[in-house]
Amino acid sequence: MDSLEPTQPLNNSFWNDTGKTGITSWIFSTDHKRIGLLYFYVTFGFFLTGVLLGLLLRIELMAPGRTIMGPQTYNALFTVHGVVMIFLFIIPGIPGAFGNLVMPIQVGARDVAFPRLNLLSWWLYIIGALIVLTSLFSGGGAPDTGWTFYVPFSSRTGTNVSLAVFGVFIVGFSSILTGVNFVTTIHRLRAEGMSWGRLPLFTWSLYATAWVQILATPILAITLVLIMAERLLGTGLFDPSRGGDPVMYQHLFWIYSHPAVYIMILPAMGIISDIIPVFSRKPIFGYKMIAFSSIAIAAAGSLVWGHHMFTSGMSDTAVMVFSFLTFIVAIPSAIKVFNWISTLYKGSISLEAPMLFALSFILLFSIGGLSGLILGAAATDVHVHDTHFVVGHFHYVMFGGTGFAIFAAMHYWLPKFYGRRYAEKPAVVAWALMFTGFNVLYFTMQVLGMKGMPRRYYDYLPEFANLNLVATIGSWILAAGLVIMVVNLFRGLWWGVPFEGNPWGGASLEWTVPTPPPTENFIEEPVVTHGPYDFSNTERS
Amino acid sequence: MSEQHIVSNKKLTCIWLILLVLTTLTVAITRVDLGGYKVFGALTIACVKAGLVIAVFMHMKYEGKLLRWLLFLALVTLAIFIGLTFFDVLYR
Repeated sequence: MDSLEPTQPLNNSFWNDTGKTGITSWIFSTDHKRIGLLYFYVTFGFFLTGVLLGLLLRIELMAPGRTIMGPQTYNALFTVHGVVMIFLFIIPGIPGAFGNLVMPIQVGARDVAFPRLNLLSWWLYIIGALIVLTSLFSGGGAPDTGWTFYVPFSSRTGTNVSLAVFGVFIVGFSSILTGVNFVTTIHRLRAEGMSWGRLPLFTWSLYATAWVQILATPILAITLVLIMAERLLGTGLFDPSRGGDPVMYQHLFWIYSHPAVYIMILPAMGIISDIIPVFSRKPIFGYKMIAFSSIAIAAAGSLVWGHHMFTSGMSDTAVMVFSFLTFIVAIPSAIKVFNWISTLYKGSISLEAPMLFALSFILLFSIGGLSGLILGAAATDVHVHDTHFVVGHFHYVMFGGTGFAIFAAMHYWLPKFYGRRYAEKPAVVAWALMFTGFNVLYFTMQVLGMKGMPRRYYDYLPEFANLNLVATIGSWILAAGLVIMVVNLFRGLWWGVPFEGNPWGGASLEWTVPTPPPTENFIEEPVVTHGPYDFSNTERS
Repeated sequence: MSEQHIVSNKKLTCIWLILLVLTTLTVAITRVDLGGYKVFGALTIACVKAGLVIAVFMHMKYEGKLLRWLLFLALVTLAIFIGLTFFDVLYR
């Protein structure tokens, strides 16, 4: 198999051609590839932390009654699981890591438009993350409100909500800066010949995402400031006894946080749109419609936040309006799914690890999306609201969707930046285990929810015991696959067989630069003469 | 992109005085019994003030089309968010 001797990074690449070494050459670097890798390792570290917390939650739910923790610990753990996964992993995950690594090369630029702002964005993310982590071990202990910080509980609980919320506030600014940087880069730094119709779809999806980051994140920032004002100054904004309105908090929170799930899923869809044609050796079907549907999802997805509040005492008129708008988002999402399937039709498909993850994305995202319609329809939502059905739905979209897309991107793009291969067989075994474990875990959750098991309780009625045991076993299969994937991938990236050239036969610009790419990406200014999915002149090498 | 527009002191002072007058008006309007229109009046004055600050102090009046469109987009987004929230508030 691989040669396992630790080897030096390959010559004349961004790993070593700056002449600087040591940790400061990384944490103060303005090179988009180094910042991308910094983001990748930190976000992935938080992902593994979140997985560990999730496994503990599943062990607690393995049997009725107290298994390994009491209710207060359980409440704190699911809150921290949510905050870490959402704010510290999925939101910055794809734009911060793969957006930074790949997007500037895909548009033919030497770097992003504002490299120093990019570094500042990473630092803000790290500072915010450290504050969130501090909040877990100081003051009144880890927040126990759930990641949504709903009032009135969040304004009254004695746990350390103020500090956690402040950390998330700072992470939000990092997200805004990334958005500003990407919009500017895509508008102004495209290479000669790189017209809007030749942008790879991953870049298109980042463009749509960046706009949501810029326009929606400030609202989260304001909402979080209001929670702090409520807790520290007692403003009474959300307290009905003083003329406030608790439902208004939910409006403000979801005005950001619903678009935020599109910040999470849109770039994932971009990854899939880039991988499927390469592994089918066929141009993407419906390029324009996929690009357009990214913008449509970003726009329509910003107008559906009320569907989180059908049972919160919102007016019936608003319930109908938001339910209708929610169904509209299904249209551009379905456009993407149908176009991916049409791309596969009569393609020359090669089933390697990135493609396997990409194909399972389509299935898992579709299950998650369709269960979302059950939640988006007001009548059925009243039945399953706040049950495990919601937990299952959310994990199907966010983990089965975005998570699997990140795994696909890790196998597809990271070897290019390391210049080393991973072993294919263990990657496929890992995928099979994860795919199986995933469905055993989350499909069971959806069934439990339909039967009426509520979310956010550390205990349940005896009739739910068998299915909960099945779900917990599923979580172990999933974790086993994850361990194999991580070990195999990083072993390959750090010590694997070096390669050069174009391993997958991709046609977008990132496959034309040397492996690993040099610091300013291109040895000569690129001139783009064909689209990103025109494979007529590319071969695997 | 690079040319700087310098606003004269006279103009800046003038805008500042207008803002002060409008602030006084905002306070004064609370003393008059206008019923529900009071909020409407206060918000209108606030919008005029914000508009003056953005146009002159923040130089939007002298900027190109792109930046104006971006600002417009942000304001429209905000208006849509607030507008949709009123489907709840008005019909409860």
